[in-house]
Amino acid sequence: MWRDRTLLLFALPGMVLILIFQYVALAGNVIAFQDYQPFLGIRDSLWVGWENFRVLVNGDPAFVTAVRNTLALTLIQTVFVFPVPIALALLLNSLLSERIKKFVQSVLYLPHFLSWVVIVAIFQQVLGGAGLLNNFLRAQGWATLDILGNPDIFFGLLTTQVIWKDAGWSTILFLAALSQIDASLYEASAVDGAGRWRQMWHITLPGLRGIIILLLILRLGDSLSVGFEQIILQQNAVGLAASEVLDTYVYNNGIVGGGWGVSTAVGMVKGVIGVILVLGANKLAHIFGENGIYKS
Amino acid sequence: MSVIAQSGLSERKIRRRDRLVNGNRRPGVAMLALKGVVLSIACALVIIPFVGIVSTSISSPAHVLDSGGFVLFPDTVNLTAYRSILGGGVVTQALLISGFVTVVGTLCSLTVTSLLGYSLSRPETFGGKPMLMALLVSMLFSPGLIPLYLVVKGMGMIDSLAALIVPTMISAFNVIVIRAFFSNLPQELIDAAKVDGAGELQTFTRIVLPLSKAVLAVIGLFYAVNYWNAFFNALIYLNDAAKWPVQLVLRTYVINNAQLDSGDLGGLESMPPQPSIQMAILVITLIPIICVYPFLQKHFAKGVLTGAVKG
Repeated sequence: MWRDRTLLLFALPGMVLILIFQYVALAGNVIAFQDYQPFLGIRDSLWVGWENFRVLVNGDPAFVTAVRNTLALTLIQTVFVFPVPIALALLLNSLLSERIKKFVQSVLYLPHFLSWVVIVAIFQQVLGGAGLLNNFLRAQGWATLDILGNPDIFFGLLTTQVIWKDAGWSTILFLAALSQIDASLYEASAVDGAGRWRQMWHITLPGLRGIIILLLILRLGDSLSVGFEQIILQQNAVGLAASEVLDTYVYNNGIVGGGWGVSTAVGMVKGVIGVILVLGANKLAHIFGENGIYKS
Repeated sequence: MSVIAQSGLSERKIRRRDRLVNGNRRPGVAMLALKGVVLSIACALVIIPFVGIVSTSISSPAHVLDSGGFVLFPDTVNLTAYRSILGGGVVTQALLISGFVTVVGTLCSLTVTSLLGYSLSRPETFGGKPMLMALLVSMLFSPGLIPLYLVVKGMGMIDSLAALIVPTMISAFNVIVIRAFFSNLPQELIDAAKVDGAGELQTFTRIVLPLSKAVLAVIGLFYAVNYWNAFFNALIYLNDAAKWPVQLVLRTYVINNAQLDSGDLGGLESMPPQPSIQMAILVITLIPIICVYPFLQKHFAKGVLTGAVKG
């Protein structure tokens, strides 16, 4: 140990940060079992056992809404967001001109690096009451559309924003997988009379199978976390009923509303389910003979 | 002359068309047109909003008001909106704070990340295995919003800029990426330095770091973009509006449409229209990202793939 003292000293600041902001914070979840009061602190707050977890089963309307919205959003986003980059990658991959491909990639990757604040602001400018679209409709003498303040289409709006932000960027992994496919497979299949669509079905899509399964596993682990910052920024416009998800519930009920114990309990259960989902999905991938995210 | 040229051209065209792609004939004109249309629409959906934002921020007040608040084509180049927000006041203050947090944060992040990554990359460091394990396991769990808030509060960082830097200073993922890079450096170089009597610190600063400029640049940019874009930690950790970073100012004055008066902008006599000011704030927030974007695009793709393979 003394021999490695310099190396250990090197590791110290990083490990201390991980220890404090990951592990100590993780231990802070004990307040889920307390009637936590900030002025009393963890040491003096009352222990209440599983009391805070009752919210999970007693049908509290705010919590039920949050669960329902979270699951609905995850489902919608998996169905509508996930395939977009795959289609886009196939399209980009089929372009023969490198120049055009590079240009399109440069344009479509950009929104990934913008913050949600910027993206929500941009959507306001385009779709909002005084935005590009409504100005155009007004100029034509047509009725304007209330898109950003309409709770009925809020999920659609969120999904559109996610596609706008990340569809381009997400093509990277698929493009990499496509470039790994052996070109001689295509030539051999063409000799055997396979057309372009059959090649797509029998060569290209199987080549993407591994990466698709990997990304679906990661998505599954994140399925209870949908668009936290994105939703917080737009909650005022559509109201809680249409927009509350588990993450915003934890924030609104806990940090804003002072329901510390209950919110922590909800956050903790959410975290545990997330880990179980990742581990379970990974196991499932192994059973299907794929690599998954790690090998044990 | 023209006949020859034309025939030459069409001959080349035919040959191009007959060239095989994946053993099959090139797609027909209809297919190409369809692809072109789809990709053009996709690009337009990204580009048009940016054009509109810049145009609104530089158009004359009359033009902005006439067109209902959002201009697609500017009538002039008028920088009053920029002068008003950069001449002191909330926005200037927020830009300085964001700049400070980004620069200091990135330097701190790079230092702790590369030191830890190097330490873990050396074979047989005492306790190296458990430390690596602790790092990997931490990527699986997230401590949760409220426990993290309580830790930050317990450390007395509420309402201080440290709350924007320290909790997000290290990313386990980046440590793993940089460790993988250090492990792939030729170990003979490091051993040779040791033989020549260099200590660990000297080996690290003289041999390892100079060989790792590219990966350090990538990871530094990664951290910098995150610091610049961070919004939520400022929202929960900072109650004092005088310490707000630019993303929070953007939310307040652009998304939530709070009115900026001349007192907020360092006391101007004539205010540009609100939409112009708002779009100028938006453009200013975007500029650093756009400036580093070419580097990001070039290196991030590689970084993402390294992480995917090694992580």
